[in-house]
Amino acid sequence: MMLELLIGLCLLGAFVVFVLPDEYAPKAALGISLAPLAVALYMYSQFDGAGNALLGGDIAFESQYAWLTLGRYDVTWHMGLDGISMPLVVLSALLTTLAILASWTPIDERHSQFYGLMLFMEAALIGVFGALDFLVWFVFWEAVLVPMYFLIGVWGGARRKYAAIKFFVYTNIASIVMFIGFFGLVFGLGDSISSLDLPAIAQALRADELGSLGLLSAGQVATLAFVAMFIGFAVKVPVVPFHTWLPDAHVEAPTPASVMLAGVLLKMGTYALLRFNFTMLPEQAAALAVPIALLGVISIIYGALLALAQSDLKRIVAYSSVSSMGYVTLGLVAYTLYGVGGATFQMVSHGLISGLLFACVGVIYNTTHTRTVGDMSGLADKMPVTVGAFIAGAFAYMGLPLMAGFAAEFFVFVGSFGAAFAGAPIFTAVAMFGIVIVAGYLLWSMQRTLFGPFRSETDYEVVPAAVHDVVPLLVLIAFIIALGTFPYDLAFDMILDATEPVLETGGEVAATYGGVP
Amino acid sequence: MAIEPPLAAVAPTFVLAVTALVLFAFDSIDPDSSNNPVLAGIAFVGSLASMGVAAVYLVSGVGSPATEVYGGQLVVDDMALFFQFIFGSVTALVALASYDYLQDLRYQAEYYILLLLAATGMSLMASAGSLAVGFVALELASLPSYALVSFLKEDRGSVEAGLKYFLIGALSSAVFAYGISLVYGATGSLLLSDVATAVGGSGLPGVLGVGVLMVLGGFAFKTASVPFHFWAPEAYEGAPAPVSAFISSASKAAGFALAFRVMVVAFPIGSVVGAIDWVLAVQILAVVTMTLGNFAAATQENVKRMLAYSSVGHAGYVLIGLAALTGTGNADIVLGSGMIHLLVYGFMNTGAFLFIALAEYWGVGRTFEDYNGLATRAPLACVAMTVFMFSLAGLPVGGGFVSKYYLFAGAVNAGVWWLALVGAVNSALSLFYYSRVVKAMWIEEPAEGVDVSSYPATLYAAVIAAAVATVVLLPALGLFSGIAFDAAAVFF
Repeated sequence: MMLELLIGLCLLGAFVVFVLPDEYAPKAALGISLAPLAVALYMYSQFDGAGNALLGGDIAFESQYAWLTLGRYDVTWHMGLDGISMPLVVLSALLTTLAILASWTPIDERHSQFYGLMLFMEAALIGVFGALDFLVWFVFWEAVLVPMYFLIGVWGGARRKYAAIKFFVYTNIASIVMFIGFFGLVFGLGDSISSLDLPAIAQALRADELGSLGLLSAGQVATLAFVAMFIGFAVKVPVVPFHTWLPDAHVEAPTPASVMLAGVLLKMGTYALLRFNFTMLPEQAAALAVPIALLGVISIIYGALLALAQSDLKRIVAYSSVSSMGYVTLGLVAYTLYGVGGATFQMVSHGLISGLLFACVGVIYNTTHTRTVGDMSGLADKMPVTVGAFIAGAFAYMGLPLMAGFAAEFFVFVGSFGAAFAGAPIFTAVAMFGIVIVAGYLLWSMQRTLFGPFRSETDYEVVPAAVHDVVPLLVLIAFIIALGTFPYDLAFDMILDATEPVLETGGEVAATYGGVP
Repeated sequence: MAIEPPLAAVAPTFVLAVTALVLFAFDSIDPDSSNNPVLAGIAFVGSLASMGVAAVYLVSGVGSPATEVYGGQLVVDDMALFFQFIFGSVTALVALASYDYLQDLRYQAEYYILLLLAATGMSLMASAGSLAVGFVALELASLPSYALVSFLKEDRGSVEAGLKYFLIGALSSAVFAYGISLVYGATGSLLLSDVATAVGGSGLPGVLGVGVLMVLGGFAFKTASVPFHFWAPEAYEGAPAPVSAFISSASKAAGFALAFRVMVVAFPIGSVVGAIDWVLAVQILAVVTMTLGNFAAATQENVKRMLAYSSVGHAGYVLIGLAALTGTGNADIVLGSGMIHLLVYGFMNTGAFLFIALAEYWGVGRTFEDYNGLATRAPLACVAMTVFMFSLAGLPVGGGFVSKYYLFAGAVNAGVWWLALVGAVNSALSLFYYSRVVKAMWIEEPAEGVDVSSYPATLYAAVIAAAVATVVLLPALGLFSGIAFDAAAVFF
């Protein structure tokens, strides 16, 4: 019942905050959000899951109740966590609390609605990572869209309406493509499953029980479903060329929403890729490995080059997310122990680091009222703590050792270098070059904005940031360093334990395609 | 005189009729009374009681096996009770909301009487066991509706809408009645079960085929399906908003209740396929109806008209309930899904129109622009409207998501996957125009000159109650779906 408690706390909190008068909402929201955070951390400390939830592992905090029945198919409220979802649940709870704290300065209207939506989104996000039944999962998956639509549309920048609609329409159409793909699999499985339970479906697919559907053979069904689901999730990740909604959404979104968007929402896409595409259909993943890896590498390099071309700090960070999520895609498609594990670790690590960078840009914008690189310089003298946090975040992004980004990217590169698909070392080498570009644009923009003599093109006086602005930055840095220093103890052991079964049964598959995992 | 025991089974209908009579009595004792709370109260309590009786009967199993009254002219089974539950709840919501809406209007007693009489007709439609009763019930439901639509006598739009509704209604009644006579000519009976036994051996397949098609046309009118949908946007737009809510939710459900029973019981597709393949006709109807409704809705500038066209679109979704009866099994799921969608629709669509009533009460205009920034003035009501819009679009914030899922999955199971695909694409498209309302309310800057100073208590309560029901139906639909599938399974 722990997961239900977690979701229930967020929903109840969202309602309470929504009906509170505006002046009490910020502090109430912070106080309330500490409760799910505490529960999540407690669950993390008590975590006793083993193996992969979808492949017959021991599921922690499991609960299952009947919900609906449609003919043959039972839908149950099935929740539970394994080593992949546990860190992401903690990440969701942590970032929500920090994003709420980071909202105090920039959000200046309709407080109770804003904070209510943040807590509602937290509930939906935890639901996405905790659900083990397709329909329940899909309910949460779609429910995430609604608060984010409002967060961008109401509190966003000048082009917020356009960005909000674009976000909503893109991701909703992607959901439907994915939904159709998944149901192709369900109908193809025919009598071998009797529910929409994800573990049951995953195991049936692994046991090769997929049958033909109409004129399509089993193999064609699987391939089409894989492609449909991949497209659906790739929009969320986002993988180039499905990324165009992201810069708009990010730039227009208010800082806290950007933190959540980059920190957790993008992870929904890669999480789902891992759970559905790579866990359920390893043969198709192996067959399509080269094109997927190509998309991943293009995302890395192209995203980084786009970031290099921007002059708006927030756009730089936004495009760098395209690049960083490319590493996740590459790690997943490598289909090796370190590749898949590293990709999962990168989800957590990128959540923290990009959250930190967006929060920093937000604080800088609050005080200078500009995000244009050319409009400011020498901020380091005026706001040393924020600038220090920004430098820490940038170094983490570039993969400085002892920080989370280094561990994550290192695992991914080790994993993808030894991958079985054709040309894996070359893909990896090209991807590694992405880090050079990352270092390039981050150092370049930092050098121009943070250092040198102080100058500001805006009329605002630059003052040191408030305590509640800085606290989230410091907490995030602490987590990034902790995760980079003790990656195995804190998360990677847990993750490997859950990702290994994905490969074990798929090992045979990978071998047929010319290699061993 | 002791009431013949089976007659007690018709109680949900009786309660509505008696409530109408009580209102009559109240009005004739004190004809000049404008004692609104009493009138609205009687109507509300009566319809709530009808809903309650239907619910109790459903749970206690009065409808299974079916009780036949008057030699089968009336049938009380789970399906009838299920629909009577929908009519009761919608009528109660509308009666509640009308209290504030009618505040300063004349002829209030007549309004509630007409409302209850129409509800009685709908309730009767759901349990009609013969084509004759079906026709009479349809007229009993329709005639008060015409008057209700033109209730705002000073408003030209309202009168015009009523006239249009009446003329098309009269025409389709004639078509329907002629269809019945042809069916009678071919089969020699009006009782649904007798028709069913006769259709297989009918010596006049051509006559029967035309008859079935014309009967289908009558249903298309009542459910606002293409090609008899033209009246709907006009009538919904011109009518007082609570009446729009009533006829677009309850009256549509009543049309489907009768259609489901008549088509499935009297013309089982297996035995009439020689005369006419009405399932194919309904499939075409479903695709055209949902597509046309959705595209027309997407081009509207007026929120009420948009909802009217979207209501046409939803008729198309529910038609899947008949269109997927391909005889390949799963018939109970398909039909039951249609019933479930109508249940959820009863709350979300009624709620949406009642929100419009609320906006009209506040003097807010009817276009999307007029709704700009309404959320800053009435956040709770706008949350409710957001729930209705997203649930109608099929996002999982309300029961609409699951009921659409049932419909589409049922269609795929029955082998008509293309129908589900058209439905899913339409559903995705509909998000565009539903979210326009949401965008206007929450994201656009507030318009000037709108004053939301007073909160009409009962109208507000009705909107919130509908929203709560819509949301609660998402997790709780499992309970209702079992009842609906069981009710539908009896027919096959």
